[in-house]
Amino acid sequence: MAIIHLTQDGFDKATANGISMVDFWASWCGPCKMLAPVMEDLAGKYEGKALVGKVNVDDEPGLAMRFGVMSIPTVVFLKDGKEFDRKVGVMPASAYTSVLDANI
Amino acid sequence: MYDVAVIGGGPAGLSAAIQVRARGKSVLVVSGDDRDNPLYKTERIDNYLGFYDITGAAMMEQFRAHALRMGVERKEGRVLNIMPMNDTFYLSIGSDMEQARAVVLATGVVRSAKYPGEGEHLGAGVSYCATCDGMLYRGKEVAVVGLAADAPAEANWLKEIGCKVTYVGPKEPNGLRPDIPAVKAGKVEVLGGQKVEGLRAGSATIPCEGVFILRPSMAPAELLPGLELEGNYIKVDRNMATNLPGVFAAGDCTGLPLQVSKAVGEGQVAGHRAAEYLDHSK
Repeated sequence: MAIIHLTQDGFDKATANGISMVDFWASWCGPCKMLAPVMEDLAGKYEGKALVGKVNVDDEPGLAMRFGVMSIPTVVFLKDGKEFDRKVGVMPASAYTSVLDANI
Repeated sequence: MYDVAVIGGGPAGLSAAIQVRARGKSVLVVSGDDRDNPLYKTERIDNYLGFYDITGAAMMEQFRAHALRMGVERKEGRVLNIMPMNDTFYLSIGSDMEQARAVVLATGVVRSAKYPGEGEHLGAGVSYCATCDGMLYRGKEVAVVGLAADAPAEANWLKEIGCKVTYVGPKEPNGLRPDIPAVKAGKVEVLGGQKVEGLRAGSATIPCEGVFILRPSMAPAELLPGLELEGNYIKVDRNMATNLPGVFAAGDCTGLPLQVSKAVGEGQVAGHRAAEYLDHSK
């Protein structure tokens, strides 16, 4: 499954059930570009187990504000629509998989 | 994708880079502002073989011209992170990303000490990248702690995109917009609970939601998590190899003496071994 680009309108519905991992990013951010292939890879690996989504903070300032994103990339983890963890800055894939694996 | 990425454009980095080129491989040197380079600021050097009574700036010019003639590519900017993934190193440089198969760290001496409150608020108001996070602070009060020569330019950019900027630095800022208030202070402290609420700069307190701390380069351990250090320096063996496969280090960042000859010699070994590493890993 490819990564899902989330917008203000579809966000709540898309993340309402189960585990979601959402990457807040922007095109003017080098570290975000570095994280992109990691997220693509995880979207494939966790297909059917978790939703892997992206939010472009440039296009969706409302979502960035709602989640209090102050530095990008920020990866927010949600369970049934509620945030339970987040990782700020680029980290190796294992930092994200450990959170996913512990909650699936 | 480059064969080798060299972080730092001083004597160690350029020496490593020409060595990589001599072995027929591609190399990118990522380097910050010249004004942050200690050699550039040195008035006279008498202990480098073949160059009696030369200024640091003139020596750097010769080194750089040599590297360019050998096909070394150069990019100006500050490397924020390096991440290894599947035999490739991903480097983020401001708003850009580059890839290489091996890395030579030649960052010079980087003080790794943080300011009080800095680490706790990283990602919660403290940022090292104005280009990355500036947009998230439009219309808000931010402070720029300027330690790198390009910090005034970054502060100007934040102002232009709509942040309310106060500049803080140990020296008079060169090239700062006149409508940005500047506070001269060497000691700062990031204030706030969960989020940044202000910055103490000397005896002044600046209320702000964001603090951009702009150093000439990132501390090695933050650049590359898991990198082994020895005190303030990067731990290397005789091949200038670090504890991480494919990562080499040379020059002032590996320890004393902080001299050009030593940096050039170490760069030579690091560049050579990095090229050799690529031949073996094919």
